[in-house]
Amino acid sequence: MLLIEDLYVEVGGSPILKGINLEINDGETHVLLGPNGGGKTTLLMSIMGLPRYKVTKGKIYFKGIDITNLPPNERAKLGIGIMFQKPPSIRGVKLYQIGEITLRDGKDGDRIKNYAEMLNLINHLDRDLNYGFSGGELKRSELFQLLCQKPELVLLDEPESGVDLDNIALIGNVINELLGKEDKIKTRRSSGIIVTHTGHILEYVNADKGHVIINGKIICHGSPRDLFEEVKKYGYGRCSECL
Amino acid sequence: MSVISISKREELRRLAESAIDKKAIYGEDIDLSMFEEPEEKEEVDELSKLPPEIQNVAASSGIDITEKDRAGSFVQLDHSVIYQKIQSAYKGQLEIMDIRDALEKYPELEEYWWKAVRVDQDKYTAYAELHPVHGYFIRVFPGQKVDRAIQACLLLQENAKMQNVHNIVIIEEGASAQIITGCSIAPKVREGLHIGISEFYVKKGARLVFTMIHNWAEGFYVRPRTGIIVGDNGTYINNYVLLKPVKSIQSFPTAILEGENSKAVFNSLIYGLKDSNIDIGSRIILRGKNSAGEAISRAIVADRSQIYARGTLIAQNDDSRAHLDCRGILFSNEGMMYAIPELVADKSPKSILSHEAAIGPIAEEEIEYLMTRGLSKDEAVSLITQGFMDVKILGLPKHLEDYIRKMIELTQKESM
Repeated sequence: MLLIEDLYVEVGGSPILKGINLEINDGETHVLLGPNGGGKTTLLMSIMGLPRYKVTKGKIYFKGIDITNLPPNERAKLGIGIMFQKPPSIRGVKLYQIGEITLRDGKDGDRIKNYAEMLNLINHLDRDLNYGFSGGELKRSELFQLLCQKPELVLLDEPESGVDLDNIALIGNVINELLGKEDKIKTRRSSGIIVTHTGHILEYVNADKGHVIINGKIICHGSPRDLFEEVKKYGYGRCSECL
Repeated sequence: MSVISISKREELRRLAESAIDKKAIYGEDIDLSMFEEPEEKEEVDELSKLPPEIQNVAASSGIDITEKDRAGSFVQLDHSVIYQKIQSAYKGQLEIMDIRDALEKYPELEEYWWKAVRVDQDKYTAYAELHPVHGYFIRVFPGQKVDRAIQACLLLQENAKMQNVHNIVIIEEGASAQIITGCSIAPKVREGLHIGISEFYVKKGARLVFTMIHNWAEGFYVRPRTGIIVGDNGTYINNYVLLKPVKSIQSFPTAILEGENSKAVFNSLIYGLKDSNIDIGSRIILRGKNSAGEAISRAIVADRSQIYARGTLIAQNDDSRAHLDCRGILFSNEGMMYAIPELVADKSPKSILSHEAAIGPIAEEEIEYLMTRGLSKDEAVSLITQGFMDVKILGLPKHLEDYIRKMIELTQKESM
């Protein structure tokens, strides 16, 4: 599904990612852990192709296609979708409009309504996109848009941050739907990368592999739960010893 | 023959003559001798009998030629009222006529004539009084709720002419109506002048939504002079839409909220194109107890256009409040926008006035966000622009809202 080879990325002239290698197979969900400023979000943004994130070396392949130089909209069309940690608001553009735009197989009012109902966003459809939304509403708005888009590779940046306990199960369920967790393992196609700080989301979403990113490099791979236990006990200080 | 008393006519003439050379405070000065007054034309008995080119331009200003969704229609071509009709279902609810006929018929019009607008405001008001004038008189009878829009269309067919209109709209007690006015020109008209005096009287408990769509040409001058007086519990909503180039337009309508709980809202969507010089404002004077106002404007500056967006809120009652919201985007390195919000609390220490004014580009972050949802950069800019020119703020029926949204899309495509 996704292959990243020796990726170097700069933001505003500062090198952030320094030689990332990562492979994600069909149906796999990976978790990225690491301290603030380590490069987790930068990696997601680079996969999505946001222009501020300049690839200075290396390649990104999606479904065998070199997407390193494609703009974000081309990547979205190929099947990559992202849930931002802090999405911008756009006044005058309504949430339902984005639903209509992102539905990959044409406008379908019923599906938009169903997804909005699933995420308790029926009353938000006519509101300006993300404008004045609470932390939890922002997350649900992001997931609503991803449900409409149905990407094959889902990039989730801190999906549980700022979400209260009542909502986290709902968010976990929708992420499971996006990742096709209900599908048979053998036929599951959707893949995901989850950036998480707290690890709470892992109580609701099963991940297959975990990676620790520090200082722009993946320094450790393993079972997501094991990695979290390690971080909980020792913090990232001990991880830094592996640099 | 006008029923206005001789003494009043003489007084108006004296005032107008004193102001015939008085330049307007805002906008470039226009040499009125550049334009001729057109000849009178024949009436038609159906809008579909208008020349096709005139039908097209009328339709492009929101006029429904079929009149299916309209309660009544009024059309003035150049200097002649050529059509006036009330749909049969609405007879008894309202009246529409040439202002000249109304002045002959109703003596009480004397008290409305030049009450909301001063005859000696400037040379344009003075000219309107001193020269033959037409325009519409629309009155909605007390308690009548007119559920379909009334349409008025002011058109120019001949080049280098001057159209001089004086309109009076009275929404009587407890009545409500929606008026859509389209002002436009035939394709061959390159230059000309439109002077439009409009006086609105919204009585106790009445409500009027007035939507004006302007469609001019690159060599066209426009000088509307508008005044509104709102009574107790009355509401006046003014929507203004300008999406075509114009040589110069200067307009600063003033709503006086005389009544208790009266309310005025001004919304404008302005797209500055080519060399347009656009100076549009709105002024709300809050005189009544618990009166409230709102002025919202959205302006896009493209090409070499210049937009002055003015807004003045004047509180004269302690118990009043108003807000002004003015936003602009410059799409061009050669354009200019000047936002001038003014708040005046006049002997009313408890009144609450506020404003937010902002001019800035579309945030890259917003464009990129939409690109991650699959939109190209151009599509993202287009969607954000349409959102910025948010037709929903106008509060129109869906068919009119859709219509204006399509016009904005078209303007945007042509300008990009």
